Amino acid sequence: MIAANLLKVALKAMNNNKMRCFLTMLGVIIGVGAVIAMLAIGQGSKNSIKAQISEMGSNMIMIFPGSENRGGVRQSASDMQTLKPADYEALSREAQGILYMTPTVNGSGQWIYGNNNYPSQAQGVNTQYLDIRQRTVSEGEMFTEEDVRNAAKVCVLGKTLVENLFPDGTDPIGKVVRFGKIPMTVIGVLDEKGYNTMGQDQDDLALVPYTTVMKRVLASDYLQGIQASAVDENRTQETISEITDILRDQHRLREDQDSDFTIRSMQELAEMISSTSSMMTVLLAAVAGISLLVGGIGIMNIMIVSVTERTREIGLRMSIGATGRDIMMQFLIEAVILSVTGGILGILIGALATWMISIFANWPVAISTTSVVLSFAVCTIIGIVFGFYPAAKASRLDPIEAIRYE
Amino acid sequence: MKEIIKIVDLKRYFKVGEETVKALRGVSFTIHEGEFVTIMGTSGSGKSTLLNTLGCLDTPTSGEYLLDGISVQKMGKNERAKIRNRKIGFIFQNYNLLPKTTAMENVELPLIYNPTVSAKERAERAERCLRDVGLGERLYHKSNQMSGGQQQRVAIARALVNNPVIILADEATGNLDTRTSFSILTLFQRLHREGKTIIFVTHNPDLALYSSRNIMLRDGRITSDEYNHNIQSAEEALRALPKDMDE
Repeated sequence: MIAANLLKVALKAMNNNKMRCFLTMLGVIIGVGAVIAMLAIGQGSKNSIKAQISEMGSNMIMIFPGSENRGGVRQSASDMQTLKPADYEALSREAQGILYMTPTVNGSGQWIYGNNNYPSQAQGVNTQYLDIRQRTVSEGEMFTEEDVRNAAKVCVLGKTLVENLFPDGTDPIGKVVRFGKIPMTVIGVLDEKGYNTMGQDQDDLALVPYTTVMKRVLASDYLQGIQASAVDENRTQETISEITDILRDQHRLREDQDSDFTIRSMQELAEMISSTSSMMTVLLAAVAGISLLVGGIGIMNIMIVSVTERTREIGLRMSIGATGRDIMMQFLIEAVILSVTGGILGILIGALATWMISIFANWPVAISTTSVVLSFAVCTIIGIVFGFYPAAKASRLDPIEAIRYE
Repeated sequence: MKEIIKIVDLKRYFKVGEETVKALRGVSFTIHEGEFVTIMGTSGSGKSTLLNTLGCLDTPTSGEYLLDGISVQKMGKNERAKIRNRKIGFIFQNYNLLPKTTAMENVELPLIYNPTVSAKERAERAERCLRDVGLGERLYHKSNQMSGGQQQRVAIARALVNNPVIILADEATGNLDTRTSFSILTLFQRLHREGKTIIFVTHNPDLALYSSRNIMLRDGRITSDEYNHNIQSAEEALRALPKDMDE
């Protein structure tokens, strides 16, 4: 009952000072708006990075030959000869946590068709590569297990290669191209994927059975790596230790010996990238939060002025029966209304700004419910905290002196 | 008659630095229901302190104060606020209306702090009191759109709205011209006739002619306490004034 009356009193007082109230709120409006917009930008970029990573396969695990912590001169991974097809076979026999797996052996060289040539990779993989990288063959078809067994001279080209080797738009399927001196029949074309986050052209490659690359291109008995995807992306770490155990066993390494291979997961990369973007978000939000704090101080400032200005009124209210608590509530309610109204307007303006950023700057944005709820809560708290001092000051006035205040 | 106010040997000392200022040095009197008492004294006589004490804004250093049979001097701040809200009507020299606020809202003010009065009852009572003081036509005029006399009438309505046992007026005519003073005084006399108990603090000795009892204060002591058996009519005095001093 009294609370409802006090609310009316507070609203009335604010109504008498509309312009001042609005200017006071402006601090909070800008603060909250900035927080909302900054968090939306941060969240948006995080989401888009996440999406790109999961496009690359967030459950991907990569095994490279060679230790990461061996002293002395270190060779490049492709030159190290510690991963063998036998390791791949052992893993496919024993590792439970692996869903798909492919050995990789890359040969680089010139792809040639007729008068056109283009330097690119011949990625030696098996049929599961498509599942690991989440890619599809858009025209023709992928080579088969049998092609792999037979080291068949077939290839699946990426779009960039197709464009460079067949600039006149000829259908590449069934044509025979050459990789260096080795003729290969084009049996499929990969779907177009564009550039990835790191700026690599994901279409600049050709898939060839890994046996073909090993036997016919490189004449090598070793693998340059193994790519696998974990059954469950949240259990990547367990799968990594499983692989480590199997490979160490396979290589007959003693307890005290370092592993002669290195395992990396896409998740590590994802975490690294998203932690950078989280840090950016925190930084942006902190800057915006400071402006919110300044807004709060603005409220306190104006409330102190208001209390001084209305000393007579406070004295009168007290002499006709308002308790100190009533007076305190009146001013506290006023401060909270200021900050909460400012907060709501700020959320709207922040949302509007976010929308404009996404329209005009074309940035990825995402307003999270958390940021809205959080700024709303922060506003209420700011109102209470910064309204408390002026309100307490008002409630402690002596009615005898206050009513004669000039 | 019922005793509305009873004070016994009331003392109020203030400590100012090293010195003790003795504002009230032992004041005793009893005011019964239906009395119109003027309390007079020059500045420094202790009348403001006495008014603050009677109004439960201040507590005495020693002595006893019974308001409507309730002992006040031991009460805490919040209890005194409640007593002021339910039993006392204040009228001030400078009206003390809320700015930019209608007459109705000003009069409703004391009832806002009384949770037992509903919003509907509050509005009804405020309207009745405003009509009672002759402002039935100006219920929704804002305080800054009214003359001094009208503002003081709003203040009187505000003092009446909570049905107080005592009305405390502090120089209620001090800011008004002669003619308006008499019209306000006429209103006080009417309230008195209707049975209200009024204490009117002033330094203007002429006002003693219009009250039923006059208490003189000097240096914190009562110097005289006399009943007036020949109350002058403020209404007649108002009629006797020259016509050109219009309100």
